[in-house]
Amino acid sequence: MNNIEIVQKGLKKRYAKERRFKAYGVFSIIISLSFLAFLLFDIALKAAPAFTQTYIKLDIDFSHKVLRINEKSSYTKDELFELPYHKLPSKSLYQLFPGIENRKQKKALRKLVSSGVRYNLRNMVIKNSKLIGTSKSIWVLADDDIDSLVKGLIDRNIPEADRRVKDFQIAWIDKLQLENRVESRFNINFFTSGDSREPEQAGILGALKGSLYTMLITLLLSFPIGVAAAVYLEEFAHKNNWLVDMIEVNINNLAAVPSIVFGILGLAVYINLFGVPRSAPLAGGLVLGLMTLPIIIITTRAAIKSVPPSIREAALGLGASKMQVIIHHVLPLSMPGILTGSIIGMAQALGETAPLLMIGMVAFVADIPQGFFDPSTVLPVQIYIWSDSPERSFIALTSAAIIMLLVFLFLMNLLAIILRKKFETRW
Amino acid sequence: MLNKKNIILLIVTVFATTMAVVTQARENINIVGSSTVFPFATVVAETFGKKTGMPTPKVESTGSGGGMKLFCKGNGINTPDITNSSRRIKNAEFEKCHKNGVKNITEVLVGFDGIAIANSKYSPIFNLSLKDIYLALADKVPASVAYKDLNMSGLMIDNPFTRWSQINKNLPDIAIRVLGPPPTSGTRDALQELAVEGGCKTYPFMRIMKKEDKKQYKKLCRTIREDGHFVEMGENDNLIIQKLVNDRDVLGIFGFSFLEQNSDKVQGSSVNGNAITFENIANGSYPISRPLYFYIKNSHRGKIRGLNEYIAEFVNEDTFGEEGYLVDKGLIPSSKINRNKFANDAMDSVNLEL
Repeated sequence: MNNIEIVQKGLKKRYAKERRFKAYGVFSIIISLSFLAFLLFDIALKAAPAFTQTYIKLDIDFSHKVLRINEKSSYTKDELFELPYHKLPSKSLYQLFPGIENRKQKKALRKLVSSGVRYNLRNMVIKNSKLIGTSKSIWVLADDDIDSLVKGLIDRNIPEADRRVKDFQIAWIDKLQLENRVESRFNINFFTSGDSREPEQAGILGALKGSLYTMLITLLLSFPIGVAAAVYLEEFAHKNNWLVDMIEVNINNLAAVPSIVFGILGLAVYINLFGVPRSAPLAGGLVLGLMTLPIIIITTRAAIKSVPPSIREAALGLGASKMQVIIHHVLPLSMPGILTGSIIGMAQALGETAPLLMIGMVAFVADIPQGFFDPSTVLPVQIYIWSDSPERSFIALTSAAIIMLLVFLFLMNLLAIILRKKFETRW
Repeated sequence: MLNKKNIILLIVTVFATTMAVVTQARENINIVGSSTVFPFATVVAETFGKKTGMPTPKVESTGSGGGMKLFCKGNGINTPDITNSSRRIKNAEFEKCHKNGVKNITEVLVGFDGIAIANSKYSPIFNLSLKDIYLALADKVPASVAYKDLNMSGLMIDNPFTRWSQINKNLPDIAIRVLGPPPTSGTRDALQELAVEGGCKTYPFMRIMKKEDKKQYKKLCRTIREDGHFVEMGENDNLIIQKLVNDRDVLGIFGFSFLEQNSDKVQGSSVNGNAITFENIANGSYPISRPLYFYIKNSHRGKIRGLNEYIAEFVNEDTFGEEGYLVDKGLIPSSKINRNKFANDAMDSVNLEL
């Protein structure tokens, strides 16, 4: 048997082996893709009910008698603020369903509409005091239980005692539906308001803005410091110096430190020592910035290393100073890599909750933050808080918030890709 | 070496910005504490904010112990104004507060929370006694009970029970599997002190041990088994409910408000013959319920805008009374006498004495 024959004999086996090897790879890709698809599908399915909201049309009577205010040509804001607005929706509901005397049923009737309706009406009246003395048909938010019923999330066939919505309430809603007083609309509230303990009033804007402010601080802290540190370590620091070696080892170790440690550090240094306000995006951003710093340094160094030496040598040969070489050539050429690293680091920071627990950002914050010093939460914290709330409708809101977080991440990655393409140079 | 200068410059800038905010005055009320009181405190905070137009208080869920620690740190403007607690303040905490200068504290009883031991709606309802709960969940049980041999009285052995029917013939013949909260949770404290210890106490020799060796008694009566029959599930009660729906043979332990919201999926076991209902918890016949409190730092009154108004909103009958909006969120109100007393205490800044 000569060599050729030996090779030929084993060839079939080797081809089969290679095919199997490739099949393993394809199989792995299919598995991971199906996991991802399943996850996204599940979230989208659960989130779907959160994007619509049930409204009920009520004929609101803004008469002076109901509001207990004397007729005047103009009112001050303080006067209008204190009026008994909670009576407006109740009175309208009592008129729609006359003859209900049972105290419990009366309470249930009042609770057909959201508890926030009175404040919406107050804002309407303050905005336009001419409403007083008139009556008007207004679409108001339905309560979360009623909303679930209209969406078909409550099974009418299970025994009444086990249902959140009782038979008489179902009869009311059916009657309202027949009169075309019930409507499902796009849930604009979700995008324009802050957190609330009432699912129908809860929105994501507060957490979204909190995340945005926090990420801005993180970027401002970690990007310049990270890039400058990496440039120094890569271009100026002496090789084989024990101090430089030690710094290098420590940076690599820092990148692997569990994030909660940075939270404890942030609490001790920023909040207790420097007096940064607790729960503010400034504190969160500073802590997450520390966490992102080693990642940016490591990726930036790798990007600077990958710039071919010929470029540096050519520039030096033409008489450029070391600083000119770095600013004119090395940094622009390594920019795509630096940006990718930074965005990955930022994306990681965006999803963090553990360090924020320490500095008080895991909190109920209803007002939308207006700056870096206002109390706020971030998107992953909002997801956590909603997932832990007893009210059933928060399940849909949790998934909707996850979608918002994914969209935020997707936009950040998109930005990275666009910037990379813009700066990319081939040689 | 411009880069080195840049680094220094940047560090200086960052420090300068942080130092600049040191003396910032606080606009909103700062509340910390128990995750059990959290759902109630947040509703009050939100209502207060909407009603008055003042900034909505910030409520952090730190756990009862964590909240006390922050609260007792001092009187500085950066410390919390109120801490929520799912148990009464401990002597050690009270002393620590005093040591740090937090001397004027007012205690307010919010109401009660029942702890449900629930299973799937599609399984038969469990009818447990505190003794059953103790024998099913304790780490060590009396040998005399386990082997039905009175000669072995006083001897404690590792919990040998693996099926409910071994404990009580009237219980179903399924494996003991209970999902519950981790040690950091106040629900866990209540489970240990009210349910497990409550069952433990029913044995006369345990009561004798309580007098003679309190430490040993606490250890034996409060430690929960770790051999897989009790599974710690983290603080997420919704997750426990999901597991109960998927597996009809497990029991789960969580707060009453979650039971109320999910009454179409799960049912609470009755304990000592009393079903877990609103009335039974309120009148004390359902044995596993605990008081919920909040504590006010009186030195912050008048310094923090809206603090008094927030407290007034909380102790209003429309809020924590029998028809109040907290009841809709699952709170069990305290008695009328208690409500009046604590409402007056809260408004008059009556200092707590232990």
